[in-house]
Amino acid sequence: MRNLVAVPVILLTVILQSAVISRVYLLSGIADLPMVMLAAWALQEEVDSAWQWAAATGLLVGFVSGISWMVPFFGYTAIVALARIFQRRVWQAPLLAMFSITFLGTILVSIFSIATLRLAGVPLPVSDVLGLLTLPGVLLNMLIAIPVYAVMRDLARWVYPSPEVE
Amino acid sequence: MALALGGYFSSASNVFTGSLVNVQTWFSDRFVALQAFLTAPRDIASLRQRNAELEGEVAELQSQVIQLQQQVGQTQLLAALVDFEQANPENRYQPASVIGLDPSPFLHYVIINIGSNDGILRGMPVVTNQGLIGRIDAVIADAARVQLITDPASRVNVRLQNAETEASLVGSVTGDLALQFIPQDIDVQEGDLVLTSGLGGGYPPDLIIGQVGSVRSRDFDLFQQATVQPVVDFNRLEIVLVIVNFKPVDISPLEPTPAP
Repeated sequence: MRNLVAVPVILLTVILQSAVISRVYLLSGIADLPMVMLAAWALQEEVDSAWQWAAATGLLVGFVSGISWMVPFFGYTAIVALARIFQRRVWQAPLLAMFSITFLGTILVSIFSIATLRLAGVPLPVSDVLGLLTLPGVLLNMLIAIPVYAVMRDLARWVYPSPEVE
Repeated sequence: MALALGGYFSSASNVFTGSLVNVQTWFSDRFVALQAFLTAPRDIASLRQRNAELEGEVAELQSQVIQLQQQVGQTQLLAALVDFEQANPENRYQPASVIGLDPSPFLHYVIINIGSNDGILRGMPVVTNQGLIGRIDAVIADAARVQLITDPASRVNVRLQNAETEASLVGSVTGDLALQFIPQDIDVQEGDLVLTSGLGGGYPPDLIIGQVGSVRSRDFDLFQQATVQPVVDFNRLEIVLVIVNFKPVDISPLEPTPAP
């Protein structure tokens, strides 16, 4: 039952991404709110549904976007995997883990996107993509990482309340 | 009395009344100052209250001004679209609002708020009053996705009005437009108008796209290349028109396939 909270959160995130975040450019790069949201969610210790969230978000973004559904689906799943690894290794510094996943995740989704588009025959100059899309995207994702992490941490505490200790 | 009426006491009267006026002025000034001092706190309170009321009114009026400016902007935009529709009666148009952009920065798509329920089909061209912006790529019941001509996967067959030649217009990840396959023997000038040619059946002919920017012509290249300055500001798309009476032609079955 508690997993139902995913429906409004994922829908709202994708709507915000399409209607608002996609209009805020830095050079040609934009932030990836669903990716940052998933990274923050997967980093919460008590959360056990991050994989399902990643799959649902990936499919929804793939439905909205013109890019192949496989890019967000596998990209977001990989980000959850990264977050789970980081959560075990650098759990004492969650913000450091958040920044690391945001950075690596943005690069990873970019690589997936470039590979898919190149396979589809779309010409993509790598220097343009790196300088004008990926790096600005990394910066924008870093900017939204902290507020998104704070929101998702509060949401996780609300959805998975810790048992009271007497 | 007679002396006074005769004006003999005027100087003495002036001195007396002058002194009287001075004394009264002194008292009056002090009283007014004292009254002001005593009533000042009440005035400040009322002034603060009045100020707060006026600030509230100003804020309300400012929001009204912003709303009205938005309405004026939309009205002007709609008027321009109606003018465009009347100037091009050969097409039937369906207006739509842009409600979103593609979540991926690699692609240039927009999402509009009409779909198959409004008779929208895949492949229909989308324009603004200024010129071509793209075509419908995917449709659901109440929304559709439009592939912009700035998308890196977009290709539009165009013609240069002044040079009387045809070329291929391609987009890019940065949203810049470029012309390819311009024959070397054609004299392309900066500012030449770029229009759809209608070749390939993907777009109707003679839709304005933009003007030629810089031209690159090298002797060892097979073709010239040129940048295109679009007439449409793709960062400010709000309301667009879908040409609903244009049926795109699928020529893919006619394209030659490599022999096995």
